Amino acid sequence: MVKEIDRAGIPVVHICTVVPISLTIGANRIVPAIGIPYPLGDAHESEEKSYEIRERLVTRALRALTVPVEEQTVFESDDF
Amino acid sequence: MSKRIVHYINQFFAGIGGEDMADIAPEVRDGVVGPGLALKAALGEGYEIVATIICGDNYFGSNIEKGVVPELLKLIDACKPDGFIAGPAFNAGRYGVACGTIAKAVQDELHIPVVTGMYEENPGADMFRKDVHIIATKNSSADMRRSAPLMAKLLIKKLENQEVLGPDEEGYLPRGIRVNYFNERRGSERAVELLLKKIAGEPTYTDYPMPVIDRVAPAPALKDLKTARIALVTSGGIVPQGNPDHIESSSATKWGKYSIEGMDHADKKDFMTIHGGYDRAYITEDPDLCIPVDALRNLEKRGVIGKLMDYFIATTGTGTATNSAKRFGEEFVPMLKKDKVDAVLLVST
Repeated sequence: MVKEIDRAGIPVVHICTVVPISLTIGANRIVPAIGIPYPLGDAHESEEKSYEIRERLVTRALRALTVPVEEQTVFESDDF
Repeated sequence: MSKRIVHYINQFFAGIGGEDMADIAPEVRDGVVGPGLALKAALGEGYEIVATIICGDNYFGSNIEKGVVPELLKLIDACKPDGFIAGPAFNAGRYGVACGTIAKAVQDELHIPVVTGMYEENPGADMFRKDVHIIATKNSSADMRRSAPLMAKLLIKKLENQEVLGPDEEGYLPRGIRVNYFNERRGSERAVELLLKKIAGEPTYTDYPMPVIDRVAPAPALKDLKTARIALVTSGGIVPQGNPDHIESSSATKWGKYSIEGMDHADKKDFMTIHGGYDRAYITEDPDLCIPVDALRNLEKRGVIGKLMDYFIATTGTGTATNSAKRFGEEFVPMLKKDKVDAVLLVST
């Protein structure tokens, strides 16, 4: 699905827990998620803390969309 | 009495001409023409190429809907063939499609053994490898000397009802068929042997090759986040309560489009997860963990993004074939374009 979106010229960021799978199938902009049963947030933290994590990752993903990339890029941190 | 073989070739291999002659209508010539000579030699005694059918590639291509196949079948049938060979087409695309189409038609309609040949990347190869035996040739006609005997040998086997072995032994393109058999050595022994070969860097064999995965160039970066229309897609199996579209928990065959219009978060009253590949407890309690409607809505309110689209798209990723996922994308991407979506967040569990 990611690739068909990219192919259409619409920038897409893949937020995913298992980054190697995303790399294998060929996503180009990748943001690692937290965990398989809770990709965006952390169910073991308080609701506030969990939301904070989510907003940070979503913001990172949105910023990744504004970065020109030539090849597969994993945005590991907010530092880019 | 010799078995009667009919051979199909295009205008180029008939020596009539190239692109400028690609519109010629079908004709029948007695005996062998062009590459038929090599096939005749390879077939040997007992098999005779009684006729060669010649058709222009463009004529074939532009008349598929207008009855070129029945027209050719009639000509071929009139030669009373026992077997049929098309090509080989090597890497000639239109010729490959013609060879595959006519070989399949002869096999299905005239019920006689057929063989064709082409290069693996010929578009005709993927179209017809499941239907007919296609000998894998190299990408140029210089390979005729190697491929003609393979085509002849396979056709003879089929004509004489001999067992056709696997693609490696016979040289045809894999048809996606697996045949069960009993091996004298047990699996564990062969597995260890295979592992040792891999470690030693020796060539190994798999009867379950991984699919070849293509690459797509990254889309250009988003210019302005503040005005961007953002859509949310997930393979995490988030659907409205009750799963109205009956999306499967595993090996999904479909996707759904669901409204989040006016919602400031994804509430468990509205949404559930049907994904069969992870512990659903957390996302059941808070679907925002997978579809971050709350965060995106807040970012929308703060003017970080222009608009969160009023819907999200969902399917189940677990066990889902890559070909199905590709099809889902092909199906919903036109809608994203129509709705002027500027960028997509795709969340996978």
